[in-house]
Amino acid sequence: MDKLNFIYPEIFISLSIMFLLILGVFKKNSSNLINNLSILTLIGTLVLIFNHPFNTNLNIFNGSYKIDFISSYMKILTILSGIFVLITSSKFLKIFKIFQIEYSILILCSILGMFVMISSNDLIVFYIGLELQSLSLYVLASFNRDNIKSSEAGLKYFVLSALSSGLLLYGCSLIYGFTGTTNFNEISNIINNNQYGLTFGIVFILAGLAFKISAVPFHMWAPDVYEGSPTSVTLFFAVAPKIAALTVFIRFLYVPFINVIEQWQLIIVFLSIASMVFGAIAAIGQKNLKRLIAYSSIGHMGYALAGLCTGTIEGVQSSILYISIYLVMNFGFFSCLFMLKRNNKYHEDIDDLSGLSKNHPLIALSLLIILFSLAGIPPLAGFFAKFYIFKAVLEQSMYYLAIIGLLSTVIAAFYYLRVVKIMYFDSEKEKFDTDYTLGLKFTLSLSTILILFYFIYPSKLVEIVSKINII
Amino acid sequence: MIEVGLGHYLTLGAIIFSIGIAGIFLNRKNIIVILMSIELILLSVNINLVSFSIFLNDITGQIFTLFILTVAAAEAAIGLAIIVVYYRNTSTIDVEKIQSLKG
Repeated sequence: MDKLNFIYPEIFISLSIMFLLILGVFKKNSSNLINNLSILTLIGTLVLIFNHPFNTNLNIFNGSYKIDFISSYMKILTILSGIFVLITSSKFLKIFKIFQIEYSILILCSILGMFVMISSNDLIVFYIGLELQSLSLYVLASFNRDNIKSSEAGLKYFVLSALSSGLLLYGCSLIYGFTGTTNFNEISNIINNNQYGLTFGIVFILAGLAFKISAVPFHMWAPDVYEGSPTSVTLFFAVAPKIAALTVFIRFLYVPFINVIEQWQLIIVFLSIASMVFGAIAAIGQKNLKRLIAYSSIGHMGYALAGLCTGTIEGVQSSILYISIYLVMNFGFFSCLFMLKRNNKYHEDIDDLSGLSKNHPLIALSLLIILFSLAGIPPLAGFFAKFYIFKAVLEQSMYYLAIIGLLSTVIAAFYYLRVVKIMYFDSEKEKFDTDYTLGLKFTLSLSTILILFYFIYPSKLVEIVSKINII
Repeated sequence: MIEVGLGHYLTLGAIIFSIGIAGIFLNRKNIIVILMSIELILLSVNINLVSFSIFLNDITGQIFTLFILTVAAAEAAIGLAIIVVYYRNTSTIDVEKIQSLKG
């Protein structure tokens, strides 16, 4: 029982969920209170994660649950994204009249599921975490339930995500059948190259995981769900599940199956190239900013996967750096999106941005910095993120991957720069409201400053991530 | 009489799995059919796991099956709730009419 102290964060967050649910039921009009308490819960969980040493490498509960540096790091990223989602979104939800107690509790639930996914070292634990996360996300996607688009987004996400879970489970059953165990470490001891059933299992599981991070050809849900769900939920979709699914990707490929790398390497290369190219090309004709960011996130996931397919620890580290920087850029972008409000109505088309620089020079400048960073223009943080990926890819002499990546960066720059052009050179429209909440201002300025000044001191993040060792 | 072995169970699982996948993609009528197809997929996985578990003489597969059954129930509940919400907004659950989001 002494091992229980290593899962205090999970225990704390699940007890808080139950407590908040009961409090919300018995106390009327408590959505504000529940929202604030949820933020406090997340901060408390953050403290609990920092409470035990990071450089442990523990397998607890018969080796099915793993506490190591990567799990702590990714959990911190997940919590930070949860905190920022909660502090930026309360005003948005109030205006849509969907500021209910369930919102923050569902976010806490899905964060708990992500924790389990991140730490899982066993197929069963991984599946349970994945489902806990997805079930909360289905409800969140259709949270604005009187709106046709939101309920349709929830429906589409439910059908496609359930299909992907089915594929993933079929893969799990094959892997269990051909190795006789569900534990990642034991699978890696048993595995050898001549089992075709196992290859089928890997392919099915990779298809299911690619669904969760919306990599091409399993991306079709992403634009619809991003557009349909409430913007605050879209923000959550854009960051948190990707962190968890990428961690599972890393753990799944690099713990049990690192010795059969030739069987999965080409699949990841294909997913990566297809996502990069498709994300760049399909975003060009978009009019809605949320659809645009959906395609952009597909492209960005392609770069993150490019780091994974190298099969080296440097590749994994570069992917983790990429996802960390991607997270900051998304927070900045969505904070700008939350600020496009006129007469209590949110605007989310690219045309609504026209002439933003004349009315709101500061927002336009931040959005310019964020878009340049998403496009990967030096010296902003997004450039460094891509630089680490390409460095890791080139070290493995996978030149074609780097060349295609660079080309799609150039194509992608077009649609980011088009938004900048509309902001700065088109005729101005009416002013937007300026009653931003403190949390929104804080998030936008923090993420802009982080992106802008990352180049001054990049070594700290690199140093932290370079402690990650999974192989 | 032929001996029923692991191969037969796996074939059965694969057939049910394929019917489930085909049901999702070929169905043009009703969302409820999609929900049924998802259940079929999960049940085919259960057949796989239980037969592997018997033939490997290992209990883990059956435990996994219990977890999948529980999750499938939760998933069906949430899926039906989302379908009800959608039906209230549009008064239809016709798959071909789900098209307010596209591009």
